[in-house]
Amino acid sequence: MLRLILRRLALLVPTLFGLSVLLFLWVRALPGGPAAALLGERATPEAVAEINRLYGFDRPLHEQYVRYLGQLLQGNFGTSLTTRRPVMEEFTNRFPATVELTIWAILIAVVVGIALGYVAARRHGSLVDNAAVVASLVGVTVPVFFLAFILKFVFAVRLGWFPSTGRQSNDIDATHYTNLYVLDGILTGEWDAAWDAVLHLVLPALALASIPLAIIARMTRSSVIEVQSSDYVRTAVAKGLRPPRVRNRVLLRNALLPVATTIGLQVGLLLSGAVLTETVFSYPGIGGFLATAISSADYPVLQGFILLIALVYALVNLAVDISYGIIDPRLRTR
Amino acid sequence: MTATPPPAEPVVDAAPPPEPGGSDTRPGSKRDGQSLWRQAFRRMRTSPIAILGAVIVLAFVLVALLAPWLAPYPAQATPGRDLIRPTMIPGPSAEFPLGLDRFGSDVLSQLIWGARASLVIGVVSTLLGLAGGVAVGLLAGAFGGWVDTAVMRFVDLMLAIPSLLLAVSIAAIAGQNNTSIIIAIGVVQIPIFARLLRGSMLAQRKEDYVLAARSLGLTRGTVTMSHVLPNSLGPVIVQATLVLATAVIEAAALSFLGLGGGRPTEAEWGRMLTGAQAELSIAPRLALLPGLCISITALGFTLLGESLREALDPRMRRRR
Repeated sequence: MLRLILRRLALLVPTLFGLSVLLFLWVRALPGGPAAALLGERATPEAVAEINRLYGFDRPLHEQYVRYLGQLLQGNFGTSLTTRRPVMEEFTNRFPATVELTIWAILIAVVVGIALGYVAARRHGSLVDNAAVVASLVGVTVPVFFLAFILKFVFAVRLGWFPSTGRQSNDIDATHYTNLYVLDGILTGEWDAAWDAVLHLVLPALALASIPLAIIARMTRSSVIEVQSSDYVRTAVAKGLRPPRVRNRVLLRNALLPVATTIGLQVGLLLSGAVLTETVFSYPGIGGFLATAISSADYPVLQGFILLIALVYALVNLAVDISYGIIDPRLRTR
Repeated sequence: MTATPPPAEPVVDAAPPPEPGGSDTRPGSKRDGQSLWRQAFRRMRTSPIAILGAVIVLAFVLVALLAPWLAPYPAQATPGRDLIRPTMIPGPSAEFPLGLDRFGSDVLSQLIWGARASLVIGVVSTLLGLAGGVAVGLLAGAFGGWVDTAVMRFVDLMLAIPSLLLAVSIAAIAGQNNTSIIIAIGVVQIPIFARLLRGSMLAQRKEDYVLAARSLGLTRGTVTMSHVLPNSLGPVIVQATLVLATAVIEAAALSFLGLGGGRPTEAEWGRMLTGAQAELSIAPRLALLPGLCISITALGFTLLGESLREALDPRMRRRR
């Protein structure tokens, strides 16, 4: 197991290395080059030359790349053009907010998705099943940002049940240790702060959860349908195992393996979705900041965030792969 | 979903050896007899889901193609410019069936022209992704060995970036216009198509008909191009239908993030939604209508793609 983890971590190195080359070349490929990107509208030929000299953009490419890589390895991802703060700092400040949002979205998607898929599969062909299939198809096709719009309009603007923007109300003075606001509220016993954070999370988390929920429900459904007609389930029933035991030990355990893979694959989708959801709800996470960076052409932020997000993405996928070994003992010996 | 398939026929996993040129994948081709595609097509005609999907897609394509005749006003026109007040955007009336937007454009016309923009972006970007993906996948699947390893490493690298962020990066290089959106969405699909085709080709290469063709003395190139490739395209074509749905949504998402550029009055569903954000409380229909158009169009392509996938999947057939 440990060897598997180490091997996978080692494989991550060339991937991140390749990605850093791509992102390095990406900024050099921008119209007008990095200097024009840095200067924006103030890019006079003199200013461009000055910047090129200052940042070493006039040096040979490989020399520039080695320098860039050296900075990356020291955790230096450049400086944001809009806030003038280090990209790394911007990322670590906002990352907990996105993590909190994503965790809630995954929880909703996994719990509701598996339940829905399971119920549909057990009543295969029934009205419930058909309704679940249609609902999951609709869930996949409604764009995240449109759903976010609807939720915001109905439940925040019209009904006023939930706040429409942000992570926490301004009038709440909460102590933060982990920057996961709900957890902070619980740890410090500031229940009003925790509850307020939950209220802020409900709508964005629902919007973000929609697509993974639909995908997980469909995957669970088809997987349970396949497994429940398999020989070993019939054997288990014939052997006289009690239905709950068949369900939990035989059916669910086998059926949920492909679902676990699917959940892992949703992380990329969630990170993409977070950009859109956070924008609609003005939620102060990395997604909303990225969207701002896109519109203000803040290339150091884009470059750094994409690399960091890819790293997170890769690590989560690794964690998912490891969890297969726990769910499916057959994979452990590899 | 409830449609029962016709009486069980032997499952045809590989279509009969195709004619050179690879045009055998047409569902209607007479010589195929009971080919996989013909069976799938027959199956789809009885499925209400497939029919619903086809109807939506057809309606969307027709609206997009006939936009110049259907739309009451030209694409960039703002006929109701003088009726707009900062706190009041006139709703539906006899003159403007779906009301006006904040620039005074007729919303109905904008939606119709928007269908055209979505169709162009969706189809061109999918074709781009398909062409690129087939080229890359063919490279990996046909040569194998170190070419395969190198190509697939690069594909994995591209898949390491969440798709929307990859699209954003590409659109940022290509500039602020619709072409860059098309390129971005197309390029993002390349690794997906490539992986699919490669996997499918690897599976086909072990089939008996490949061995038969090789033992008849056909060269490796001929076998790959006119036998393995056409038979491997099934999952790729299904994916292309599904990608059309994603492309419509992603195009809207990129416009929504401000990457489309162009004039704010330009008729594009995603941009209409972005514009509507500020007027959410006074004119929610401005967000609702383009959002519904995106959702319904994407639903149509998804239903069509899913039923095609289901009709082609031998496993799904045996199950009922």
